[in-house]
Order: sequence, then structure tokens, then C-alpha cells
Amino acid sequence: MNKDANIELDVQDQKLIKKFLKDTTLFLGPDPEIMRDHRIMPRTETEERCMDEYTDLNQIASIRDRLQSACEEGFEMVEQMGAAPGAKWGDIITGIYSASGDLTIGSAGGVLIFSALVHHPIKFIIKNWIDEETVGVNEGDGFIHNDSRYGNVHNTDQSMILPVFHEGKLICWAASTVHEGECGAIEPGGMPTMAETSFDEGLKMSPFKVVENYKIKRDLLTFLQNSVREPKLQYEDMKVKLFACMRLEQRIKEVFASEGPDALTACLRYTNESVVEEVRRRISGWPDMTVRTHTIMDSTLRENALIKMNLTLVKKGDRLIFDFSGSSPEFTNRAINTQLPGMKGMVGQAFMNHIWPDLPRGQAGLSPVEFKTTLGSIVDCTYAAPNSQSLMSIFHSFTVAQHATAKILYSAPEKFTRVLAPWHNMINTFIWGGVNQHGETLGNLCADLNGMGGGARMDRDGEHALSPIFATMADIGEQEMNEEDVPFLQLVSKKMTMDTQAPGKYRGGMGYTQIASTKDSDAWGFMTSCQGSKAPTIQGLFGGYAAGAMPLCRVSGTDVYDVMLNDPQRMRHSIPEIMNEQPFENAIYTTQHLGLGFEISKRGELYMISQGSGGGYGDLLERDPALVIMDIEESLISPDWAKKLYKVVFDEKTLAVDEAATKKMRDEYREQRKKQGVPYAEFVKKHVRDIPPDDVPFYGSWNGNNEQVYCGSNDDLRDANNPGANYMINPKDVRIGELEKELEVVRKKAGIVATNNRT
Amino acid sequence: MKVLMTEYLRIDLDSENWECRVCDHTVGPARGNYKEGLLVYKRDPEDIHPSVIDPEKYNFTFCPDKDWVSIYEFYCPSCATQVEVEYTFPGHMPLYDMEVDVDALKEQWSTREELTEPTTGPNVLVDRTHGHNH
Repeated sequence: MNKDANIELDVQDQKLIKKFLKDTTLFLGPDPEIMRDHRIMPRTETEERCMDEYTDLNQIASIRDRLQSACEEGFEMVEQMGAAPGAKWGDIITGIYSASGDLTIGSAGGVLIFSALVHHPIKFIIKNWIDEETVGVNEGDGFIHNDSRYGNVHNTDQSMILPVFHEGKLICWAASTVHEGECGAIEPGGMPTMAETSFDEGLKMSPFKVVENYKIKRDLLTFLQNSVREPKLQYEDMKVKLFACMRLEQRIKEVFASEGPDALTACLRYTNESVVEEVRRRISGWPDMTVRTHTIMDSTLRENALIKMNLTLVKKGDRLIFDFSGSSPEFTNRAINTQLPGMKGMVGQAFMNHIWPDLPRGQAGLSPVEFKTTLGSIVDCTYAAPNSQSLMSIFHSFTVAQHATAKILYSAPEKFTRVLAPWHNMINTFIWGGVNQHGETLGNLCADLNGMGGGARMDRDGEHALSPIFATMADIGEQEMNEEDVPFLQLVSKKMTMDTQAPGKYRGGMGYTQIASTKDSDAWGFMTSCQGSKAPTIQGLFGGYAAGAMPLCRVSGTDVYDVMLNDPQRMRHSIPEIMNEQPFENAIYTTQHLGLGFEISKRGELYMISQGSGGGYGDLLERDPALVIMDIEESLISPDWAKKLYKVVFDEKTLAVDEAATKKMRDEYREQRKKQGVPYAEFVKKHVRDIPPDDVPFYGSWNGNNEQVYCGSNDDLRDANNPGANYMINPKDVRIGELEKELEVVRKKAGIVATNNRT
Repeated sequence: MKVLMTEYLRIDLDSENWECRVCDHTVGPARGNYKEGLLVYKRDPEDIHPSVIDPEKYNFTFCPDKDWVSIYEFYCPSCATQVEVEYTFPGHMPLYDMEVDVDALKEQWSTREELTEPTTGPNVLVDRTHGHNH
């Protein structure tokens, strides 16, 4: 047999093997080929032909603008008609994807990461369902999806995906995504902290067809409704998303009519390729350097632990490499892990929000960026690990990306935004659920998660409670409207929490206090899911500080509604007044970390939290005294603390600054710095340890050795490239163990023999 | 030529040194870790982030727990400007945060004009005639 014949046989064998494997695949799980690739797809022959034919950039731009308008229209429809609280505040998006599944244009409002991850399920549909005789992809079909393992942030977000055809040929895709909230998980509200396996996280929708001939299939709808706590919400928002996609389809078909489908194909491809090219050009203008940073995750939301998010950012030529080596291993039975696409999507969000907001909001902006992660780490968790609280890890990945890029960006002459300190990065809000005052079962959360404080910028303070890190244009909702649906009041809301700012030459934008109390239901409860009660979750920039810690404060054993009715002068309206003065008789005042698992609340008990501040920028001794006084006037900082912190001397009655005394005080403090500061080598010798702290469980690499990671104790050092499973003990079992030990001591002292000491 | 690298640091491409932008002090070799030329101080978190609620009564007070986080401050030894602050794990080595390829920097700036102030990016003008109308 000659060489050519051998090659032919090999090709035939390969085809046969491929067909055999396809025919005998018993489960179409998440496909690594799709899930681990964030780049735009290779140019197809069709795209090549269309780009050859349509070269007029004015026409391309005109089509892109029309598609952008269509996305805005779809966004508006979902925001106005959506039933989920998230829809009303803009935690939604609509987008248009190429025939190969690449996101090209997302709506300007909303959460880009939603759309940026939907290319994964679309590519799954293309790969598996188009030629599958039991499924198929036809005009009028709609596919639903939520499972993060097939491409999503977390399961609480649901997408509707619509293929768009012209004369029987698939041209592109339209999709709409909403943070729905409820998804039938072990806890209400869609983001269960208590999930210990992926099966505790509720609906696990791999991409499947739920719409035919533009109509939702009632049997499948009923199954989905039967799987969640809010069946009406499930139905209503599926319809809303479908109609938004249909509107996008209508606008796209108008482009087909006026410009032709090939012009649209050329527009989508040209847009993505030109963005890739432009991103490479912009990266090339940055200095070649390596930046290292990390943040502290202080909780799994079930127990406190010191968890490292580690980033080495390498910029060389036109390459930008995000290396997350040294980050913590995954927590195999805790929900704070993320699937790899979630982390990448959040890094992309950092670029689209704060570095290159002028670029089209598609996935091409991130396409040239490279990532290095370890499967089995907290930013790249395994299939079995839960990730319903992936916000914890993806928000930290956002922060380290933002912090590191700021250090590269500063010297670059060409900028498209201000250099800024990290944004606040936690969803300090109440997740709630139960039976409301109308007898309906609900599960969702307060829009206050969108009120994160902005980071300070290189020439001005950060803005207060401005926006979440995952969306530049989102709302915090109307409290009075919320109270029509839920049986609790926010007794204090939108009031800045004094003395919690991140100081600097420019301070971070601050967060506000929220005090919630159940009123009209015996079956209503709350949970909170944030880190940062022990250690700040962000960094400051160039000498600026991070924000402080944010706890959960509670008052139980009282009914403040009775107090307000019968003894109203006892009521207080800030956390320090309530916790320090303890004005309610016989009440119990406690604090805890912000990982509160869902629990039923009683009428009139108080749950009190605050949004956090964005990071500060620059040396606080350079802060303009006039800005310090303005913060005092706005009750952002107390006069005593302002004087102590910023070294500003002023008249306490008139707030007039004594410039000379201020300069003297600051000069004296600079001299103090010279005395208290020690040379680097001396400092290292005195304060740096070879191993992590002995008395706090630590997870991640230590002192820059990213080849090994600690896993909860100094006796458990693992290969960073293959860390293995990492199981935590149930905190209740930990507590039982502690109590049993105490009991044993007491028994021994009393001479009592345990009755169940048989083995 | 000098390149502005941070709010308080620049690199002199000719002498290949990090310099303080406030007082012109030479911090150290540009091919090395600038932090090694600074003074370092381990700051008590309570000095920066006050206990908003009474630490005698409560475990969580809005002040970070110093067993869980350390704050390293880095000062210019000449003018005491606070060049950098690092929130880190107790006992952790300060990060070598900016490792610059000096040769590439020289090549890159060989075709650029020197900047004495950093660029800031475009100003975004707010149109106050449009806003919330509900």
C-alpha cells in the first residue's frame, strides 16, 4: 500500500472513530474545548466571502449602530417588563452573536459578563444540537440555559437564546439574560451559601430547546415552574426574554431587508476582528513589566478562613497574561468557587468598565488576553464543586485585575479612562425569601448590591454607592415599590455609614447603611453572602488605603415596630447608635461575619449591614483640607476622626481650616513616619515568616512560591498544579466537637462515665 | 529621560534608577524592587479603620482583625511620602509588585516625548439637561 493510501485510510479511521464516539457518548456534559476557550472563533469561509464583498466601513458602522440600538431596545423591554427584581434594576443584558457564536454587541446598559459568557452555550448548541435529529435548530426555536458549567456566572442567571435565519440559513444569534434570583436551590434567592454539592444549587439547565415556532413549550415550562419557588416569575421572565429576543430578530431582519444578510455577517466579523487588533495595539503601548498583587478572601461564607486570590500579570509586547497561580485550591464542598469562564468574564468586565469602555461591548475585547490557571483552584473549579456563590471568587479576580492593570496603565501616554483604585467588590445586601404579606412564596434579593462604592481616581474622589463592579449602569431600585411585594421594611437605607471611608489623597466612594426588619410574615427570612468582615476585600492604590471591614450586626429578642409605636424616642437610626447605646430593653445585640446562612426572622428584629467603600488613592497627607471639611459637612467622617486621620487642624464650630497649623501637623507626622519606618531588609527580618500563621487556616501560596499551596494548615502543603479535593467540615460538627471536648473535661472532673463511649 | 511610573515614582532611563517624584530622592535600581529602597512600617488597622462599634462588646467592629490582615506602609526615606500601602496576610513577604523590563521601556520611550505630568484620559462631560425624570 502506498503512502497516499495509508493517509486516506487514516482519515477514514479518524472519521469512523469520531462518529463512533459521537454515537456512543452517553452524556453531553460541559465540553472543555468550548468551555476553556474565550477567544473569538476562526474566520469562516462565509465570513471571508462577506468581508470581501462588503468593505465600506461607513456601511459596517451604520449596521453596527442599528444592532446596538436593537440591543438597547431589547434591554429596555426586559427592564420594563421583567418580573425579577434584577430585571428592574438593570441586572440584565441583551446581545447579538455571530453565526459561530461570538458575542459581538451587547447592550450598553446591564451586565456585560452575562452576555460575554453566553457564547459558550451557543457554541454547545451549534456543536451538538444542529445536527442532532431529536433536537435540531430551526427558525422560531428558543433555547434556555442557566448551568454555569456550560457557561454562566452562576445558576441564578437564566438566558434565552434565539437563532436568527434568513431564507433557511443561520446568520446569527440573539440572546437575553436576566439575574432571575430564585432557581430552586437549597436556599431561596438563587445564590445558596449552604450548597455543598452542585446538586444543592437548584435548576441545572444545560442548553435545551424550550421554544418552538416562537412559543414556549408548556410541558417543559411546567417542569421548570415545578422546580422553583416562584413559578409565576419563571413563566413571566421566560416570556419577557423571548419577546426581547424576537424584537432583536425583527431589527436584524430589517437589516437583512435593507443591507442584506451578508452585510450583517461582514459587520459582525469585521467588528470582532478590528476590536482584537485594536486591543493588541493598545496593549503594545503599555510598558513591558510584571505586576504582582493579591487580595484576602476571609470567609467561605460558612466559616472564616484566610484564602488567597493571587495574580501575576505579565505584559510583554502585545501579550497580556493573567496568571492566577498561587491562588487557593477550590473548596470542594463550599459554594465560593468559580468555573473558569466566570473568572475570565469578570476580568473582561474590568476592562470594559474601567479601562476601555469605548470599545464595542463584545467578547473580542478579551480575546487576545491570555490566562493561566490550575484546574481545581478557586478560579477554575472542577465539575463537581459547587459555585453558586462564585461571586466571591470572581469579584476578587476582578479586583486583582483592576489593581494590577492600574499599575501598568499609569505610565502609558494613551489612556481611555482615569487610572483608579479598586472598586468595592462585595454584594453587601440582603438576600431574602419565604411567604410574603400576600401569601406568595418568593425568593430573591435587594437591589442594594448595586450600590458599591467607586474607587478613587487619579484626580478626584471616588463616587458613593455608584454601581456594581459587574455593571456600570444599574439601579438600586425604589424601596417603596419593593415593600409592596416583600414583608419587611428597610428602616434605615441610603444613609452613608460614617467613618468607613478608604482614606487617601483622594478617598474612595462610600457605601450606605441598610437596616432591615420583617413585619408582616411569620415565614420570612434573610441571608447575607459577603466576605470582608475580618479583612478588607480590596487594595488601595499608590499609597491609598482599602476600606475597613464590614460586619453583620443584629438585634434580636425585641420588636422595634412596637418600640416605634409605643416609645418612639428609643429608636435610633445608625448602626453605632443602636449597637453602642443598646437602646432596646432586654434585646440581644450581636455581630458576626457576613456569611449568614438563610434563617427565618421574627417581626421587629434588626439585621444591619453597610455597603463598603471603594479604595483610596495616594498619600492621605496630600488630601486637600477643604475636601476633608466637605466630608465632615456631609457626615461622611466625624470631626475627631478626620483630624486624627488626615492631620487637619480646624475650628470645630466654624470648620475653618488653620492652614499653618495643618502644615505643621503634617510635617511633624512626616517626621514621625521616618522614625517609625524601618529599612526594608530590617522589616523583612522582623515581620516576615517562612510559613503562614499557625492559628488561622490559610489557603494558597506563601511568599511567592506559586508551585505549592497550603490547604488549611501548615502540615498540608500541596502541589499547586494538582491540589486535589479540599473538603471542609460542617461548622456545626466543628462546634459539636468543641462542645464534646468541653463535656469530656467536665465529666472527668465530676467522675461521670460517658454512656455512649462504645466504638 | 524620565518615565512617570506611579503617583510618586518615576524611572530615570539614563541612570536606570527609581526616583521619588516628590523630592527627587534616588530610591534604588530600576531593574530591582523599589520597595527595597523605602522605609516600611506595619500599621495597626485600628489607626486607619476605626472600630465604629464598641470592641469591648463585639467581635466584629468594622475594624479589620489584625490576626487576619497586616497593613504595610512604604515611605520615601527622604520626604516620607507614603508611596505604597499593601494589605497582606500576617507574616507574608511584601510583594515585588512592579518588575519593569527596563530595556523594553527604553526602547518604547525612544520614540516618545517625555511627560512631566501623567495623561489622564478623556474628560467625560455630563449633560445636565438629561437626567432622572421620574
